[in-house]
Amino acid sequence: MCGIISVVDRSGAVMDGARIRDALSMMDERGSGEGAGYAAYGVYPEFADCYAIHVFFDNIVETKAPVDALLETWGTIVHDEEIPTYEQAHLRKIHTPWRYFFRPDPTLMTGTPSPEDDIVTYLVMKVNTTMRGALIYSSGKNIGVFKAAGWPEDVADFYRIQDYKGYIWLAHNRYPTNTRGWWGGAHPFNLLDWSVVHNGEITSYGTNRRYIESYGYKCTMFTDTEVVAYLVDLLARKHGLDEELVVRALAPPFWDEIDRMPEKERELNRAIRLAYGSAMMNGPFAIVVANHDGIAGFTDRIKLRPLVAAEEGDRMYISSEEAAIRRIAPELDRVWMPRAGEPVIGRVR
Amino acid sequence: MAIGSVPLRYKITIDPDRCMECGRCIENCPYGTFRKEGDRIVAVSRNCTACHRCIAMCPRDAITLVEHPVDYRSHPLWTPEAREAIYNQARTGGIILAGMGNAMPLPSIFDRLLLDACQVTNPSIDPLREPMELRTYLGKKPSKLAFRRTEAGDVELETKIAPNLMIETPIMIGHMSYGAISLNAQLALARAAHTAGTFMGTGEGGMHPDLYPYQKRLIVQVASGRFGVDIDYLNRGAAIEIKIGQGAKPGIGGHLPGEKVGPDVSRTRMIPEGSDAISPAPHHDIYSIEDLAQLVRSLKEATEWQKPVFVKIAAVHNAAAVAAGIARSGADAVVVDGFRGGTGAAPKVFRDHVGIPIEAAISAVDQKLRSQGIRNEVSVIASGGIRDAADVTKAIALGADAVYIGTAALVAMGCRVCGTCYRGLCPWGIATQRPDLVARLDPVREGEHVANLIHAWTMEVSELMGAAGINAIESLRGNRDRLRGYMLDEGMLQVLDVKTVGA
Ligand code: SF4
Ligand code: SF4
Repeated sequence: MCGIISVVDRSGAVMDGARIRDALSMMDERGSGEGAGYAAYGVYPEFADCYAIHVFFDNIVETKAPVDALLETWGTIVHDEEIPTYEQAHLRKIHTPWRYFFRPDPTLMTGTPSPEDDIVTYLVMKVNTTMRGALIYSSGKNIGVFKAAGWPEDVADFYRIQDYKGYIWLAHNRYPTNTRGWWGGAHPFNLLDWSVVHNGEITSYGTNRRYIESYGYKCTMFTDTEVVAYLVDLLARKHGLDEELVVRALAPPFWDEIDRMPEKERELNRAIRLAYGSAMMNGPFAIVVANHDGIAGFTDRIKLRPLVAAEEGDRMYISSEEAAIRRIAPELDRVWMPRAGEPVIGRVR
Repeated sequence: MAIGSVPLRYKITIDPDRCMECGRCIENCPYGTFRKEGDRIVAVSRNCTACHRCIAMCPRDAITLVEHPVDYRSHPLWTPEAREAIYNQARTGGIILAGMGNAMPLPSIFDRLLLDACQVTNPSIDPLREPMELRTYLGKKPSKLAFRRTEAGDVELETKIAPNLMIETPIMIGHMSYGAISLNAQLALARAAHTAGTFMGTGEGGMHPDLYPYQKRLIVQVASGRFGVDIDYLNRGAAIEIKIGQGAKPGIGGHLPGEKVGPDVSRTRMIPEGSDAISPAPHHDIYSIEDLAQLVRSLKEATEWQKPVFVKIAAVHNAAAVAAGIARSGADAVVVDGFRGGTGAAPKVFRDHVGIPIEAAISAVDQKLRSQGIRNEVSVIASGGIRDAADVTKAIALGADAVYIGTAALVAMGCRVCGTCYRGLCPWGIATQRPDLVARLDPVREGEHVANLIHAWTMEVSELMGAAGINAIESLRGNRDRLRGYMLDEGMLQVLDVKTVGA
């Protein structure tokens, strides 16, 4: 199950979260009240060049000080505050969500072309694997993830999502079947600039996890979606593949199709499967990945999960259901069903 | 004090009401168990090795074979085997030889690993209706690709991919040399490899000209004895395998007795007729990873960098570190052969007591290569005691790219795992060079049997993958989440990195 909806405004114009909330609630049937979440790009214009680090604290008395200290070791906390929340009747507040606007000190990480990103990645892994009671679940610049265990509308109201404005929105309504419903397990999953929402179950998780962990990532959230964010980070940021090639690596064409391609294309696709076979994802899934440039949606190779795309002017939508999209934009210019493994890409101009 | 004879191991009886004295059992038993006495056939059970040939060939189902009940005083430590071994060695003063794989009653780890299947939340995939991809490429893979966008927006691949072997099944036939097995047996395996679209190893015995038509499907082996190795041999193979060790006898070389080196074997191995073919325990030009790297390079250079080079080692406790060294030596694949691997002849003490199970070795090798970030750059092939499609699937889930089968292929050709291969009298025409016995094996029919076996297992692997919701073998490789340990201890679960059942 699970319902996903995402929208990008290709002109970069911002939208508030009110209608995303309604669209996600439209798909309540796809969830179980155990997790929902929203990611928005462009929400922190006043701190646009800081990394916005969102942390769930079990309690701030014992766990916040060590996280502060760790961040201060690696850079400067420009500003930090509790993320405002509003009590909801059906949502039990288990964690305290906190946000830091953080500027890493690039001189502290040598031998890498992207020291700032690498510092932040390191901090995410460090906190999530070693600091009990603290979980970093959002770490990109000018983006924020807002999630909790609850129904879409309750989570939205808990964070008052309508107060945030972004040019890309990702939202997810969860029906956990493999792992327990907990705050960290709710989607979107995020690392740096990458956010992921996912409907499905990745049967290749064991392979993907062991692959990505051999590159130093550590999977700590007990869910298969986390690995997607890391895979995308590895392939796109570290290995420099563009969106289409990333999707080609994660949901490649069948050998039958590859065999029928013209030679150059065949060699390219063969090379991708050879080099990135362990990154390829299997099982039923529909995924939308975002970064500050746009969104990309794709499904597994035999499309065992639904995915529909639509356009209306500058806005492009990807969702599990057309009805959800029409909740935001009743009149659409174009609606289509992408084929299995075929990426739908919406880029900000 | 006289030791006397050891008791019978097997007892052969002929049912006089069924036997029609056709004498076929006499013809079929190369160990001389039967003879005619008047108008009766009598059996000297002491000669029997339980190879089942006479039983399979008796037209009247008149022969019964039972393990002879042991009448030693029972003792938990001093088993009949232990005592008999002492009697035999006290008498002969020699090393005890044995054939086939480890015969100790050790539990199988494979049997204590259970595979997973999907229910409801995740649809299983039906391989009859949906594509299921078992295609496997063996060889070096780049850890990352480099691309360039042309002005027209086309993607240009800049990374050059090293030569790989391509198979549509992860099952290959391991190395069994001409000498250890008969030419007919090799021909049958080569035909099977050809039909099944997979590869077969020549073993260290060179390549007989009769195998040339199948050379595209042959992996040639370079062992310490360098038998049969010249540039023509190397060029004929689809890939080259350097054999450092073998699962059934880690740490020792090979020995083909001179009496088995007839004109044909002598030509193929490039050694004088009647001379013992001894492959030393070490390669005398390899005493370090650097030396190995040189050999890998020389072989590549000699074959113009057109062929993948594999390195085979026996599964020993340090196999993971050795495999990492091999990966860095420039080799394209590392073959790990577990302690259940078969052999033509090995000292029994080695076969039964040296080495480690393939399950643990593969897991450790995969883990080590990953921790060093080089798993992707080298293929891993598991061998040594793969008995069925479940073992294949589990080996891949533990981290292998593909498997070699040996004994299973022989069983498909008739071998009854009697373990007497070292006597060179294999009644099935497999582990023998005696022309009348070799002639018993029909390469065409047995080739079909082996190809059928590979085909059947391949279908079973795809069914198991489909049940687990996986439609490409890449997603099974190293996917230990699809395995659970059943009645395995904590330490073993850790080595295998699998969760226990119910978790
Ligand atoms: S050795 Fe084989 S052929 Fe001979 S009696 Fe025993 S089972 Fe029969
Ligand atoms: S190959 Fe022949 S001798 Fe060896 S175990 Fe099989 S049947 Fe016995």
